[in-house]
Amino acid sequence: MAGTVQFDLVSPERRLASIVATEVQIPGAEGDMTAMEGHAPGITTLRPGVLRATSAAGVKSFVVSGGFAEITATSISVLAEQAVPLEEMTPAIMDKMVADATLAAAVNPDKDATDKVVADLLAMRAAAGQ
Amino acid sequence: MPSLKDLKNKIASVKNTRKITKAMQMVSAAKLRRAQDAAEAARPYAERMNAVVGSLAASVGSSASAPRLLAGTGSDKVHLLVVMTSERGLCGGFNSTIVRLARAKAQELMAQGKTVKILTVGKKGREQLRRDYADKMVGHVDMSEVKRLGYGNAQTIARDILARFAAGECDVVTLFYNRFQSVVAQIPTALQVIPAKYEGAVATAVYDYEPGEEAILADLLPRGIATQVFTALLENGASEQGARMSAMDNATRNAGEMITKYTTIYNRSRQAAITKELIEIISGAEAL
Repeated sequence: MAGTVQFDLVSPERRLASIVATEVQIPGAEGDMTAMEGHAPGITTLRPGVLRATSAAGVKSFVVSGGFAEITATSISVLAEQAVPLEEMTPAIMDKMVADATLAAAVNPDKDATDKVVADLLAMRAAAGQ
Repeated sequence: MPSLKDLKNKIASVKNTRKITKAMQMVSAAKLRRAQDAAEAARPYAERMNAVVGSLAASVGSSASAPRLLAGTGSDKVHLLVVMTSERGLCGGFNSTIVRLARAKAQELMAQGKTVKILTVGKKGREQLRRDYADKMVGHVDMSEVKRLGYGNAQTIARDILARFAAGECDVVTLFYNRFQSVVAQIPTALQVIPAKYEGAVATAVYDYEPGEEAILADLLPRGIATQVFTALLENGASEQGARMSAMDNATRNAGEMITKYTTIYNRSRQAAITKELIEIISGAEAL
């Protein structure tokens, strides 16, 4: 039995999860990573994607739209700009996320970065089966 | 001396007013609870965000390549004041205290020869500031359609501020809002968000940054500003309800006092009228 880490997922509006997890799969800006107990401390930004936390109670998945994760040997905190549990995800929320990102992309001077966000979102929608 | 009928009407009208203020007070109390819960729920995110951005800022801050959001544009000529007020009145001195603080700041800056620009959030502040600073107003964010304050609202405002900063329209951005302390005490606060100030933060070098420190900081600073705007909006929301609650409480109490006073006058003049009639009858009977 692997060791456990304290996993917190907070969005600006509420705390979505605070559980003891065995491993957390994070959609990092530079690629997915799985953090477990004893991971080297680090901070990474997130790209839109699906975050999976595995605990004794099973796997919990969340759709996150961006933000960052703070990883230490004993805890993982994810600060997501917008996060929705996968089972609560509806096509309507997804469409709104894409629309918001598209809107942001239109005014942002850094075209590549924002286009990537939109592309990531669309990829995520495909992955979420919606 | 008003007639009995006038007094009766007056009492009825004040009683209606008291009913309304009482209802408003209770509505505010319920809304206050909700606003406080929202502020409470947002706290973990804001705290963590500030801590991380603060420690990053402390380690990157001194380098020459630090992002402009942190280091500033190198000048402090143009100040953008973001004044956050409520959409509705009847909340005591809530809006006036914020506007007074913003006005004092604007005067101070102008005395130093700086350019002042004002962005208002909420209708009441715009109305008050428009009288003196109509030429300084650069924008207005309408919150009257917003039923429940969400992070999206803060993002919209933050995006507006950042776009102005990126376009070189301003060098320093300060938020004005009321910090909620208790139902009776709201503290008008000025918070400088650009260039970002994170006091008391210490650099922690133990972290691995992916991508690099500066890339993360560049990504997080705009989010940090959105978070600060969101916190300010929530604090303001709670303060507004608190201020309205105590204002309506006072109004209800005053209405009660007024009713007692008018009822006393009403009863006295009613008795006086009866006595007068009796005297008239008795003296009429005696004259026979």
